[in-house]
Amino acid sequence: MWRYTLRRLIQGVITVWFIATATFAAMHMVPGDPLGSERATTESIRQNLEARYGLDKPVFPDQYLIFLGSMARGDFGISFTQQNRSVNDIIREAFPVSAQLGLLAVLFAALGGVLLGALTAINRNRLPDVIIMFLVILGISIPSFVFAALGQLAVVRLNDWSGQSLLPVAGWGTFQHMLLPALVLGLGTMAFLTRLMRSSMLEVVNTDYVRTARAKGVPPLRVFWRHQLRNAVLPVITVLGPAIAAITTGGFVVELVFAIPGLGRTFVEAVQQLDYTLIMGTTVFYGAFLVLMVILVDLIYGWVDPRVRLS
Amino acid sequence: MPGNLAFETHDGLRAHGDPALPAVRLVLPLLVAILTLTLLAPAADGRLRDAVDAESRTLTLVLEQDPPQLDSTRSTDAVSIRVLGHVKEGLTRYDERNQLIGGVAERWEVREDGATFWLRQDARWSDGQAVTAHDFVYAWRRVQDPATTSEYAFIMYGIENAEAVNTGALPPSELGVRAATDHVLEVSFERPIPFFARLAAFAVFLPVREDFAATRGDRYGSSAADMLYNGPFVISRWSRGARLTLDRNPHYWESDAIWLNRIDFGYITADTRAELNLFRDGKVAMANLDSETMHNALQQRWRIHRFDDGVLFYVGFNHRGDRLTRNRNLRRAFDLTFDPHEFVNRIIATPGNRPGVSLFPAWMQGAEGRLREEVPPRPSEVDIERARHYLELAREELGLERFPPIVLLTGDSPTANKQAEYLQSMWGQTLGLDIRVDVQIFRQRLAKMTAGDYDLVLAGWGPDYNDPLTFGDLFASWNLNNRGRYASDEFDHWVRRAQDELDPHLRVQAFGEIQRIVAEDVVVIPTYERARLYVMHPRLRGVVRRQISPDPDFNRAWIE
Repeated sequence: MWRYTLRRLIQGVITVWFIATATFAAMHMVPGDPLGSERATTESIRQNLEARYGLDKPVFPDQYLIFLGSMARGDFGISFTQQNRSVNDIIREAFPVSAQLGLLAVLFAALGGVLLGALTAINRNRLPDVIIMFLVILGISIPSFVFAALGQLAVVRLNDWSGQSLLPVAGWGTFQHMLLPALVLGLGTMAFLTRLMRSSMLEVVNTDYVRTARAKGVPPLRVFWRHQLRNAVLPVITVLGPAIAAITTGGFVVELVFAIPGLGRTFVEAVQQLDYTLIMGTTVFYGAFLVLMVILVDLIYGWVDPRVRLS
Repeated sequence: MPGNLAFETHDGLRAHGDPALPAVRLVLPLLVAILTLTLLAPAADGRLRDAVDAESRTLTLVLEQDPPQLDSTRSTDAVSIRVLGHVKEGLTRYDERNQLIGGVAERWEVREDGATFWLRQDARWSDGQAVTAHDFVYAWRRVQDPATTSEYAFIMYGIENAEAVNTGALPPSELGVRAATDHVLEVSFERPIPFFARLAAFAVFLPVREDFAATRGDRYGSSAADMLYNGPFVISRWSRGARLTLDRNPHYWESDAIWLNRIDFGYITADTRAELNLFRDGKVAMANLDSETMHNALQQRWRIHRFDDGVLFYVGFNHRGDRLTRNRNLRRAFDLTFDPHEFVNRIIATPGNRPGVSLFPAWMQGAEGRLREEVPPRPSEVDIERARHYLELAREELGLERFPPIVLLTGDSPTANKQAEYLQSMWGQTLGLDIRVDVQIFRQRLAKMTAGDYDLVLAGWGPDYNDPLTFGDLFASWNLNNRGRYASDEFDHWVRRAQDELDPHLRVQAFGEIQRIVAEDVVVIPTYERARLYVMHPRLRGVVRRQISPDPDFNRAWIE
């Protein structure tokens, strides 16, 4: 168990190093000048700026080695665009916001997905199944910015109709601020999990042990709860790890539309601005987080299902 | 491979009888709790205040982006400069009618070789200490210090030794600015700057107090506590990316004239749809409109405000020697087929924009009235026959069989795309030219412009200070922003005249000549002068919109 964990962690470190190197290379290959601004700068100011960010040295090996060295120490340097803030500070402030929002979104997605998926499987080819699966197709195919805009409009209408502020339209600060963005952020995953849950539940519905339970006279709800749902939910747990990592590191569109100061928005803006240090910081952070979640899920798996041996 | 293990185990999952998953047991009550909480929670808590609150004198607004940082010696973007314009005050400023008035300076005198500013005795920093001439000396030296890497340092060139200090040839202490007494600031010029009092209203000229900045080091300007204020408001709270709150500054010398107690930038987003939804919901007092949201605003029958934001857009040419566009007859052919009126009405198609007819936008001040009335630009004309004639001349002069494809560089916004597509098809039809549109993100477009990797480019220019020279010197051969490398002795001559001349009428003449050369030589083709559309809470008064930041200005706003 411990040896397995250790091996996975070492693999993880290599993965993160690979991600960092690939991003570093890709970033420097993207055309455009990270120090360029609308007002042209004199040669001397430009040289000073380059020296400040270490761009005066060759990209390889100097800049790359310096980057690797500071990454190993967990220091990503100073942001190019937010000139007197360190990338670490930015991530430290933005990530908890995305994480809170993301966890709520995952909660919505997991609960909704499991319940709806189970429901469709039990009512296979009947009306509830057809309706829900239609909605699932919509949920998967419609991008989140449409849901975000529609959701926001709905809240405006709702507040207008009720004459008071039932839900905030945008912003960040209270629990109410989180509800709508979390729902929008979780919808795609919810739809995906519904489908996953449906197919896994269908496998379970007609198994021997379910038939046995029914024959023994176990009440249907208990059969559903104890024998079907619990066994069918395992694949959902598998994908939940990466899904948590993906959602908690932020949805750019959702954060932009709802004016939420999260990491997803930070990352996309960094790419648009060619903010080298911030791009590297957020990518490595995201990569490490994702790798960690995958390892964690595998470990949990071994704990939940004794037949999976971690060796 | 992290994923393998998970996949291999799928088959064996039909076992039964393991203990109930704790997750399911925990999660259901939690969901019920969340839903109950949501329904029972008080609807409007303290934070969900209305957009304008006359009782507490609070105004709530959207900010398009978080200011990157608020060290005035290094700020370059409009949002930072807007915030700085509310929390700091320079020597001079603009009033509600956009007339130049005193800020920290009570009066001033601009001579050929320098300027003197007499500072008011009652100007205070937010910690109660007096604002002195030393604070300006320190700030300006800081701007020119090469270690600061201030991108706007060039705007002070003309002050004695500014350029030399900025390039590191002289130490910052050699900059031609000194505090004669605590309240008299003396500036010496290398060459005349007739509009220096207006220039001094710009953000990089704002004061910074040395003892305070020294205690903050690199963190100066990065948080509410890492700044000192001398404007009508102070930043009381700045949650990066989420909220920026300004409270009235009791130490401000004219605090009595400020009506608002608080300006709360409660939302930070660039999404115009979200902005409009917040406005509809009564959460913010103002919303900028774009072509999409404008239709929603029209449907709601709201009053739509407009104003010229000061930016001129144009088709720029690459004048470098190895480019076809160096040929004047080719440029004339482009010019004679372009109709700015059609462009504004059919292609841009949001109301309020003005057709581009001159390098100098319509709002620009001349000697007494508008510059445009004092030196009227040549009316634009469309003559396809003559255009084809010039094109033929250009082909012969360039020694070409037929024209190769011509590259039109443009940004990646939907509006820029639409404009580029129009020009592509229009010049294809009228001149039979093969125009290749090259769409690039902002920084790459700038990089390509600087490198000269284009023939035509869709570009724009906004004013830095309230003098025609902010547009007039744009194509001077020494100007680094002249990315098309236009070079003409005659043009340079008139720019020098406009720079050095103190007599306002003679300066206007020089601007007239600059305007004429741009049109005759087709240095660029002006396309349009941008207008901004916005909606505003009907009870909100006294908001000033201006071409020179800070814009919008809420310093003297009130709620009816």
